[in-house]
Amino acid sequence: MDFDLSDEQRLLQETVAQFIDNECPPARLRELYDDEVGFDPVLWKGLAELGLAGIHLPGEYGGSELEVLDLAVAAETLGSLSAPVPYLSHSLASLAISLAGSDDQKGRWLPGLASGDTLATVALAEEGGRWLPDDWTIEVGATISGTKEIVEFGEHADLFVVGLAGGRFGVVDRNATGVEIQRIEGADRTRRIARVSFDSTPIELLEEGGDEAATRVRDVGLVLVSADAFGGAMKLVDMSVEYAKNREQFGVTIGHFQGLKHQLSNMAVEIEPTRALYWYAAHALDHVPEESERTAAIAKSHITERFQQVARDATEAHGGIGFTWEGDTQILFKRAMFDRVFLGTPRVHQNRAADLAGW
Amino acid sequence: MDLSYGQETEDYRGEVKRFLGANWPLKGDDAKLSREDGTKLFRERAIAEGYLCRNIPKKYGGSEQAADALRGQVIREEFAMAHAPMEPAGIGTMMLVPTLLDRGEEWQKEKFVGPTIRGEITWCQGYSEPGSGSDLASLMTKGEIDGDEWVINGQKIWTSGAQRADYMFCLVRTEPAEKKHAGISYLLIDMKTPGIDVRPLRQMTGSSEFNEVFLNDVRTPKDWIVGKRGEGWLVSRTTLKHERNSIGNAAQSLGLLGALVDLAKSRDIDGKPAIEDPGVRRELVRIEGYIRAHQYSGFLQTSKRLKGENPGLIGIMNKLNSTNIGHKVAHLAMEILGDEGLGAPRAAGLGTAGTRPSAANWISQYMGSLGIAIAGGTANVQRNVIAERGLGLPRDAAANQSKGN
Repeated sequence: MDFDLSDEQRLLQETVAQFIDNECPPARLRELYDDEVGFDPVLWKGLAELGLAGIHLPGEYGGSELEVLDLAVAAETLGSLSAPVPYLSHSLASLAISLAGSDDQKGRWLPGLASGDTLATVALAEEGGRWLPDDWTIEVGATISGTKEIVEFGEHADLFVVGLAGGRFGVVDRNATGVEIQRIEGADRTRRIARVSFDSTPIELLEEGGDEAATRVRDVGLVLVSADAFGGAMKLVDMSVEYAKNREQFGVTIGHFQGLKHQLSNMAVEIEPTRALYWYAAHALDHVPEESERTAAIAKSHITERFQQVARDATEAHGGIGFTWEGDTQILFKRAMFDRVFLGTPRVHQNRAADLAGW
Repeated sequence: MDLSYGQETEDYRGEVKRFLGANWPLKGDDAKLSREDGTKLFRERAIAEGYLCRNIPKKYGGSEQAADALRGQVIREEFAMAHAPMEPAGIGTMMLVPTLLDRGEEWQKEKFVGPTIRGEITWCQGYSEPGSGSDLASLMTKGEIDGDEWVINGQKIWTSGAQRADYMFCLVRTEPAEKKHAGISYLLIDMKTPGIDVRPLRQMTGSSEFNEVFLNDVRTPKDWIVGKRGEGWLVSRTTLKHERNSIGNAAQSLGLLGALVDLAKSRDIDGKPAIEDPGVRRELVRIEGYIRAHQYSGFLQTSKRLKGENPGLIGIMNKLNSTNIGHKVAHLAMEILGDEGLGAPRAAGLGTAGTRPSAANWISQYMGSLGIAIAGGTANVQRNVIAERGLGLPRDAAANQSKGN
């Protein structure tokens, strides 16, 4: 038994952390955060050159052919550093193509996606929180019409992988006729969102796979959001502990006060055990298929709920500075809001987990 | 990442299964033995095969096996599946025996370890006092040498099982001139000694598990001390560590969840089975999220220990995790029980395996989960430990200034 990360997985995390520290230090993150557009193509291309855009893709298309756990540990690191990059949706878009695309389709799209030359995103949600394959209503055809909500980096992506009725996927070029991209001002300024509408827009359907591809894209997405949430929440615990060790009141550091110590302990107890929960959910997707669907649902609902609470506690623990735009806790607070909603709120996945248990 | 136990351990599982198949339940004439004698016979055979008392040397009655966390886990799994008895439960096996093996004199090990692990003698723990709970090291029960004996005066409290125990291991202030922690010794006392008065305390559940123990000129031999004079605090740390380990256990929490799902299927809310109530369903999943995180964190801790690495922060959270889960289970059970939740508790708690818990059992769990939060270091003390040892926050100044200093 070795339920632990490998040396390679640790190295991957260190490499990503070092790159973000160098290329997107806090001052640069602030620039992007306050910027109108909020996307840095050079930063993303640099990450792609480290191999981050193709961790899970087949070697013949320039990927590294690694597992969901490898994708997830990188998501944890990016989450802990609030990296303003399209890792999540780009990974899911290329995953959909690698699962459901024909050889020809894979050959045309995956090399550019693995190298980072092409940016793709997923267009899944429809109005009213309809994130899941069974919810998708846009009819399959040579052209499509309809609207997708909360498309991550929708303003910047070259390709949209669109979820269609019956759990099918199709690929739309951003310059295709009838595509309308509307910027939505979201709370989380590290992951910009758009509403993308299609009006008799030409689409290329992915030829293989059906339900299975859509199910796996959903479950990998749930695990990546879980990993991101874990990374962000742990960072908030660390930041709050650091603050408590440095901030002085009544002549001592506030970390001396039991009220605050207990709050910080509770935050750590809420989140530290979920490291193993997201690991297991990721591991299950490659090795324990009979548990993977339900475990992904539990992980996403549980960890994003914990992240939300830890973010509130961390803000409180920082006092006035926690409530300011200038303070850093608000950036993660808003990532917690994103993680909670993206791919379905905790309520949605708690209901699914209950159904899947046969309760 | 590898969650399998490996071929060697799976082969070993096969051996354990074959042993259990042949020996439990007992066969032939052995099956006619009383429950007590049958259990004793089975344990002897299991020790002879190296399945029980694995970390205890043969000369003290153990099976003296090389430490192997995976084999230990396989044995627990297979014995649980066969409903076969493990080592006798109780504070003697869990806490005194490891302490004696670590710190005891040779004669103490010979005299006490074997009978304790065979279930022939039982122990109680004399630590807490009316004025010394979380601040245990402030304890005031006094021990003085008189000839070849210690003479002990004072009072212990929350002493579980004292009304039945044969012996007590206890902390006593023997060096009044020394500073707080350095003034304490770890003494053993025969509970039949004159001067011991055990008075049961009635718990909120109505049962009487723990006691007050009054010690009035109680005499115990001078060499019934574990470690040297003034080393009792350090000696006792060995045992507290064992107690924390024993309480952090995800298998128990998973059992609770299963019972809770059964309860939700057996009761109605608004004319429909409670299991169909959206609020109940979501809370069940929420609780399962905590339990799964706890369970998989156990895999992580086991893996770290197998590699000889420190599990880190997670390693000191087990008790608080279990406590928090117990609280959540209790709240949902009461929600499901509705008006039935006003009933009187039943002393037996959730009852034994195989019987469906009654409302009264659940009401006991509702209260008993608080007992778990308090026993072995209260939840608030656990939070201090996590903050100070885990997160590196400063120690509370008040903790170093109390009576006994």
